[in-house]
Amino acid sequence: MRYLDEFSDPDLAARLLDRIHAATTRPWAIMEVCGGQTHSIIRHGIDQLLPDDVEMIHGPGCPVCVTPLEIIDRALSIAARPDVVFCSFGDMLRVPGSDKDLFRIKSEGGDVRVVYSPLDALTLARENPDKQVVFFGIGFETTAPANAMTVHQAARLGIGNFSLLVSHVLVPPAIAAIMESPTCRVQGFLAAGHVCSVMGTAEYPPLAERYRVPIVVTGFEPLDILEGIRRTVLQLESGRHELDNAYTRAVPAEGNLPAKAMLSDVFEVTDRAWRGIGTIPRSGWRLSERYREFDAEQRFDVHGIHTAESAVCRSGEVLQGLITPHECAAFGRECTPRNPLGATMVSAEGACAAYYTYRRLELTEATGA
Amino acid sequence: MPDTSPTGATVDMDGWACPLPLRDSPTVVMGHGGGGALSAELVEHLFLPAFGDAGRAELGDSAVLDVGPGRLAFSTDSFVVRPLFFPGGSIGDLAVNGTVNDLAMSGARPLHLSTAFILEEGTPLREIGRVAEAMGRAASVAGVGLVTGDTKVVDAGHGDGIYITTAGIGVLDDGVDIRAERAAVGDVVIVSGRIGVHGVAVLSCREGLSFGTTVESDCAALHGLVAAMLATGADVHVLRDPTRGGVAASLNEIARAAGVGVELVERALPVPDGVADACSLLGLDPLYVANEGKLVAFVPAPEAERVLAAMRAHELGKEAVAIGRCVDAHPGMVVARTGLGGTRVVDLPLGEQLPRIC
Repeated sequence: MRYLDEFSDPDLAARLLDRIHAATTRPWAIMEVCGGQTHSIIRHGIDQLLPDDVEMIHGPGCPVCVTPLEIIDRALSIAARPDVVFCSFGDMLRVPGSDKDLFRIKSEGGDVRVVYSPLDALTLARENPDKQVVFFGIGFETTAPANAMTVHQAARLGIGNFSLLVSHVLVPPAIAAIMESPTCRVQGFLAAGHVCSVMGTAEYPPLAERYRVPIVVTGFEPLDILEGIRRTVLQLESGRHELDNAYTRAVPAEGNLPAKAMLSDVFEVTDRAWRGIGTIPRSGWRLSERYREFDAEQRFDVHGIHTAESAVCRSGEVLQGLITPHECAAFGRECTPRNPLGATMVSAEGACAAYYTYRRLELTEATGA
Repeated sequence: MPDTSPTGATVDMDGWACPLPLRDSPTVVMGHGGGGALSAELVEHLFLPAFGDAGRAELGDSAVLDVGPGRLAFSTDSFVVRPLFFPGGSIGDLAVNGTVNDLAMSGARPLHLSTAFILEEGTPLREIGRVAEAMGRAASVAGVGLVTGDTKVVDAGHGDGIYITTAGIGVLDDGVDIRAERAAVGDVVIVSGRIGVHGVAVLSCREGLSFGTTVESDCAALHGLVAAMLATGADVHVLRDPTRGGVAASLNEIARAAGVGVELVERALPVPDGVADACSLLGLDPLYVANEGKLVAFVPAPEAERVLAAMRAHELGKEAVAIGRCVDAHPGMVVARTGLGGTRVVDLPLGEQLPRIC
C-alpha cells in the first residue's frame, strides 16, 4: 500500500539503525507512548536491532488497557440488559471486568456487536427503534472525533435511543503523570503520531520544557519508529529537550481543526481513572452539558457496582514502564491471552500480549523454561 | 449470463427460480423437515435438479457404494458462514470443497459426499436453490458424487438461513502416508499460492464491516493439485489446507504434532495487495486469515524444487512458493524472521482475530 510499504524498506531501516548505533554513546531510556507503536516495535523486532544502550519503555497508550475496571463493569451491566444492543470495537470484548467479559455476556444472551465505526451503531439505532443502542466510546484523542461526530449526529437527527458509554483519555496529562512519578526512568518520549494528527503539537513544548525531556512526534511504520528513535537519541546525546515532529506527512502543527472544533463542542475535560495507574487530574473527556442526555451512564443505573481487580496482576507497573511484562510473576503462567488477569494481556497493543505473542521464544530461552 | 449446468440444462443463476413452486410457498416452512410429502418434494424437485449429475442419491436410507480394496479416508465438516453468498463463492462451494480438501490433505482421492442441511424456516427457496446449484457444480468440477443427504428445518430465528454438514470418503493409494507427525527437521515449507484471500472476501461483505475490495474467495478443490504433487514421486510429509486460523494455525498444529520448530521468512509470504491493504486497515494479520483454496506442504529439501515445479504447472498452484523450513530449534513453535531482520513468534490464534480499536 502506498505510504506504508515505503516505510518498511529493509535497506533504509538498516541505514537508520546504523545511524542510531553511531549516535549512541551512553544508555538511554525512551518511552513510546502509544500501544500501536509498542505493537509495531515488537512485531517487527525493532527492539532486538537497537543498540543495547537504547532501551524502549512501553507506555500507557493502549486504550483497551487503561480503560478503568469500573467502566468495564458498567459496560457489562448495560450490555446484559435485554433492551440493549451493545456495540464495541472488537478488542474490548475480551477485556476482563471484575468477573466476566463482554464475550461472556454475549454467550449468556446479551446482544453484543462488534462494529468498526460508531456511526454503524447509530445506523443500528435507527434500524432498531425499540432497542437502546449503546456504543462503548473509549480511546485516546484518536477515536474521540468519530465518537463526537456520532453524538452530534444523534442529536441533530433526534435519535433518542442512542447513547455513548464514554471513557476517553488524553495523552499529555499521562506524560506529565509519568514524569511526576518518583520512580520515573524515562529520558525521552516518542509521542503518538495519530493523537497529534488530531490535536496538533502545541501541547508538547511546555512538557518538554518543564520536564526537560525530548519529545518526538512519531509514526507507526518501522522507518517512522526508527527515525523517531534516532531523533530522540540525537537530542539526548546533545543535551537538548525540544519538541520535534518526525511524522510531518500526517501531523500539521495545528492538528485537525474541524475535528478539534467537534471535540470541544461535544466533550469537556474531566478527571479520569486509568486502569493500573490511578486517577490522573484532567486526563479525560466526558460528554459536555449540552449532550449529557446521550451519556449511557446517565441513562442506565450503573452506579454502586462492586469492582475487584486481580490481586497478582502488575499491569499498572507495566503501564508505567516500571517493569517489563515478564517480570510479573503471573506472566505466561496464571496470565495468558487465554486467561488474561489484566487488560495489558488482552489487546494486541497491550505490552503483555505483545511480549507473550511475539517474544515467548527468547523469554523461554532466557529462563530455561 | 446463463451458466451451463452439468446436466447440460441452461440455468440462469441470477434469475434462479425454484423448479416447482412447492405447495405455493416461496420460503422454507416447518413441513419441509417433517419427513412427509413436503420433504420429498424438496429433495425431488429442488435438491436433485440443482445438484445435476453430481446428485446420485437413490432416496433410500443409505447409499451403497463400491469403493474397491485399500484404505479409506473419511472426514466431516460443518459450514455456518455469513453471508451465505460472498465474492467468489457461497456456502455451497465451501461445503463441497471443504470436505473434498480435508480428504485430499491425507493424500486421498475423494469419491463420495453426504450432504445434510439445517434450514431456517422462512428462508427463500430461491436461496436454497442457488446454494444447492453451487454444490452441484462444485461436486461436478471435483468429480465427486453427492450420494446421500438429509434435511431438517428449525424455527425462524434459530438459524442463519442454511447450515450444511458434509461428510466424505476417499481412497488412498498404497504407500501414501501424509500426516502432521511426519514433519521433519530440514523439510521445506511450501504454500500453494496467495494467502488470506477467502477471509478478506467474506469480511468485505459482512454486515457492518462492508468495505470496497476486489478480492474474491479462492474456494477450490485441491485434490487435483495434490495428485500432481504426489505424481512426482516425492515423499510429501504433511499437507494442510489452512482454513480457519489461516496459515499460522496450520503451521502451529503441525509444529506441535511433530515436535519440530518452523521458521518462516516473512518477506517470502505471498500476500496479495488487496489482502495486505484490508488487513492493515482492520488490524488483522494475513497469516491468521482463512483460505479455502490453498494448501501448505512439508516436503524433504532435496525434493522441494521438484514438487514446486509440479505445483506451478497446475492451475491451482501457479504461485506456489517456499515460505520457510523445519528446524530443530524451538520445537512446537513457529517463528517468523521479520522484514527488518528481527524475529517474532507466530502463535496459535486464540479464537477469531479481534479487529483492533485504532
